Amino acid sequence: MKENGIAVKVEGLTRTFGDFVAVDNISLEIREGEIFGFLGPNGAGKSTTIKMLCGLLLPTGGKGYVSGYDIMKESEEIKKNIGYMSQKFSLYDDLKVEENIHFFSGIYGVPAGKLKERKEWALEMAGLKDRRGAITRTLPGGFKQRLALGCAILHEPPILFLDEPTSGVDPISRRNFWNLIYEMSREGTTIFVTTHYMDEADYCHRLALIYRGRIIAEGTPNELRQQYMKKDVLEIEVEKVVEAMDVMGKNNIETAIFGSLLHATVDNAELAVPQIQGILNEANITANRIKKISPSLEDVFVTLIEVA
Amino acid sequence: MKLLRINAIAKKELIQIWRDPLSLAMAFMMPVILLFLFGYAITLDVNNLSTVVYDRDKSSYSRELAAELRESGYFTVIGNVDSYRDIDRYLDSGKAQIAISIPEDFSENMKKGEDTGLQAIVDGSDSNTATIALGYLSAVSELYSQRIKGSRIDPLIDTRVRVWYNAELKSRNYIIPGLIAVIMAVIAALLTSLTIAREWERGTMEQLISTPVKTPELITGKLIPYFLIGFIDVAMSVLMAVFLFEVPLRGNVFLLMTLSSIFLFGGLSLGILISVAAKTQLVASQIAMVVTFLPAFLLSGFMYSISNMPKALQLITYIIPARYFVSILKGIFLKGSTLKFLIFETLLLTAFGLVVFALANKKFKKKVM
Repeated sequence: MKENGIAVKVEGLTRTFGDFVAVDNISLEIREGEIFGFLGPNGAGKSTTIKMLCGLLLPTGGKGYVSGYDIMKESEEIKKNIGYMSQKFSLYDDLKVEENIHFFSGIYGVPAGKLKERKEWALEMAGLKDRRGAITRTLPGGFKQRLALGCAILHEPPILFLDEPTSGVDPISRRNFWNLIYEMSREGTTIFVTTHYMDEADYCHRLALIYRGRIIAEGTPNELRQQYMKKDVLEIEVEKVVEAMDVMGKNNIETAIFGSLLHATVDNAELAVPQIQGILNEANITANRIKKISPSLEDVFVTLIEVA
Repeated sequence: MKLLRINAIAKKELIQIWRDPLSLAMAFMMPVILLFLFGYAITLDVNNLSTVVYDRDKSSYSRELAAELRESGYFTVIGNVDSYRDIDRYLDSGKAQIAISIPEDFSENMKKGEDTGLQAIVDGSDSNTATIALGYLSAVSELYSQRIKGSRIDPLIDTRVRVWYNAELKSRNYIIPGLIAVIMAVIAALLTSLTIAREWERGTMEQLISTPVKTPELITGKLIPYFLIGFIDVAMSVLMAVFLFEVPLRGNVFLLMTLSSIFLFGGLSLGILISVAAKTQLVASQIAMVVTFLPAFLLSGFMYSISNMPKALQLITYIIPARYFVSILKGIFLKGSTLKFLIFETLLLTAFGLVVFALANKKFKKKVM
């Protein structure tokens, strides 16, 4: 059933819990070496999907193949070919860093001849070379996360499933984490990653947006922006952000504050710029700059959810 | 089954136990404390029975009999009474456990060499003690009457009782080996009852079941460190039995430890099965207590003879592994039994272990729900 170049293939995948439909008839195809982002708010069905793909949960309906193995019948074969990092930190807290690595090396059957090399690699990757003897519980969140990733890929699996790998991790650690993921993708690993951080979506090669168990959009980040964002976004630099927001609201222009800047969502940028200039002048607010920008994926997602 | 994986799990589990001083202390101290407490608390020997004597004869014969009773060591005469009403009082208040009434014609009949009666009134609310007390009384009075009769009349049947295996009839000698069986039944299941449930509670199980580890590898790996602990527990209990309680160990120590290992395999597997089914540590440990302690205490033949139980209960005892372990321990300790005489128990213990181990494997699913 293994198709050339396809790492994960899913058709009509469904999972219900009683009356609740957690995953509703989704279809996906993920190419080898791709970073595939699975985006959606909490409770949208991301974790349920990832658990079905990892062979941890039986689907109620549909078909799915991971590395060519049937998720209904061959879950144990799948488990030999994947690395999985669950949403909750799931290493042994009371074990030392090194002991966790030894344990998972044993479980994944890393041959004795390769153990040392893989261990050093994982320690290096997690930045824990000097803290290999530390009890895992005592590590900061970012280190734990990278150690968990390291342990999940000791056996160099062709496909990696990451369930919200960066939740609860500081921004710098998140950056480092994504650098690691990029590196692995360059070396040919397929990565399926779920997140609810919209700013992380741009790191992915392709994305699917899931909402209430259904995939509501799919494509590369740019495709999503172009296809689904029919409106223009203007970035406005003003001194009195709150007052500016007030007057524009009174004139039925949708705005949102982004740091010290204001984003306005309009139908047509060319027509809107002079109109906004006028409104602000009238209120005695000086606009230093009004510029059309490409919408963020967050803008796209918010728009899509409103439609759905 | 891959040795590499079993080894990884066993090692991890051992490190975790080692790092948790509370569970470590529990694993090693519990059998010692329990054996100590129960070993001293439970005794079926009846000594120093509080006794009142109603001597209506008031002769040298009757006084001699009372003295015999006192000297036997079984009876402590706490008072002499003059009426049946006084006997009522002593027994009702619980001050006395037995009252002995010597009839008026006691010495007269004795002199003539005729049969004479002797009345005993016993507090039957503790029937076990009452039965034993009556046994002692008839033994003492028989000895006395034989002495008086002298060799004039030879009894037709001269019963010479020899008690084998526990010549002094010390209840401790047969209670301690059985107690070890009961305690180890509880400890074994308790030890492992937490291991699977704990991983579900902490969230580490989700990671573990996403790996290629096979269920028998996981369960075997988890059994190994607890088996070592259980083995040490049994060894400590046997040492306590021999050196602290002075129970004779007449059989082969190697056989004792081998058969104990078979029992441990079953007990630990039962704990794992419970842990798989319960999924939370609290529920698992409670179930482990209930399903091991009560059956092992009541239905194993440890205290209460199985042959005296109703037929239905007797049938139930066959599925209680402690029953076989109790016989094995009593056999090896007191009778010096060899494997030849314990083959039935050994086979059934082995079967129990294998069945429970298989059930635990079957019940464990590498799925989140």
